[in-house]
Amino acid sequence: MAFQILLNFFLALVWMFLKTTYDTKTFLVGYLLGLIIIYGMRRFFGSRFYLYRVWAVIVLILIFIKELLLSNLSVLSVILKPKLDIKPGIFALPTELKQDWEITILANLITLTPGTLVIDVSYDNKILYIHAMDIQDVEDSIQSIKNTFEKAIMEVSR
Amino acid sequence: MIEIGKLIAGLLILIGAFLSLVTAFGLLRLPDVYTRNHAASKSATLGVMSVLLGTLIYFYVEHGHFNSRVLLGILFIFITSPVAGHLISRAAYNSGVPLWEKSVQDDLKNSVRYPDKDQL
Repeated sequence: MAFQILLNFFLALVWMFLKTTYDTKTFLVGYLLGLIIIYGMRRFFGSRFYLYRVWAVIVLILIFIKELLLSNLSVLSVILKPKLDIKPGIFALPTELKQDWEITILANLITLTPGTLVIDVSYDNKILYIHAMDIQDVEDSIQSIKNTFEKAIMEVSR
Repeated sequence: MIEIGKLIAGLLILIGAFLSLVTAFGLLRLPDVYTRNHAASKSATLGVMSVLLGTLIYFYVEHGHFNSRVLLGILFIFITSPVAGHLISRAAYNSGVPLWEKSVQDDLKNSVRYPDKDQL
């Protein structure tokens, strides 16, 4: 991905030198032309066309913000409810992610999800231990949320 | 346009102050370290973030001054505060702070914690 961005940058520079005008507008035009060229040549690269990955990152950030808002609403309702009828607990979540940065992002996402907080990651990076605010009704729905998170992160990294 | 901007800024700052207040309530009301951490790591994050966002919008609308440092501050808080919550609760668990007595499940207790290097 980094190689494709660098190549695109370089093509924009070549375009500026061809036009012998050195300003932002020419650079942007060159960048767009380079984008088209790289899209046309995408089968020669080892990885996917890099705009797909940029899009996946944007989707991940939007999920992040949405989960932050939802988790605040749920914490709010727990705190302001007159009776404290929560059932907290720690459960284990096996994860398929391998690299350290992926697990870090997953743990941050889970911490910002409604009612969950990552307490520990196992020594072999295979299991996350998660403290849940209300364990019985959340566990199934959380499992599905995890699947969407993991999928979104894999979408970025593959 | 300026009035709408001011209104949004004021609303954001009020929401942020309300969320911080709720965080303080949660810290007082909830029973143990871990549940308190839920309140502290989520509501406080969004509270501070919306106060900062309101400030940014106010100074942009009123004085036409776009302060990118506030934007960076929002980003830093967004990244660091869940990590802080994780570290505090992990340190609490490792130094043996018990869960609330009404907790139903503890998978971490029976897990293999830190094996020797030759067992790996």
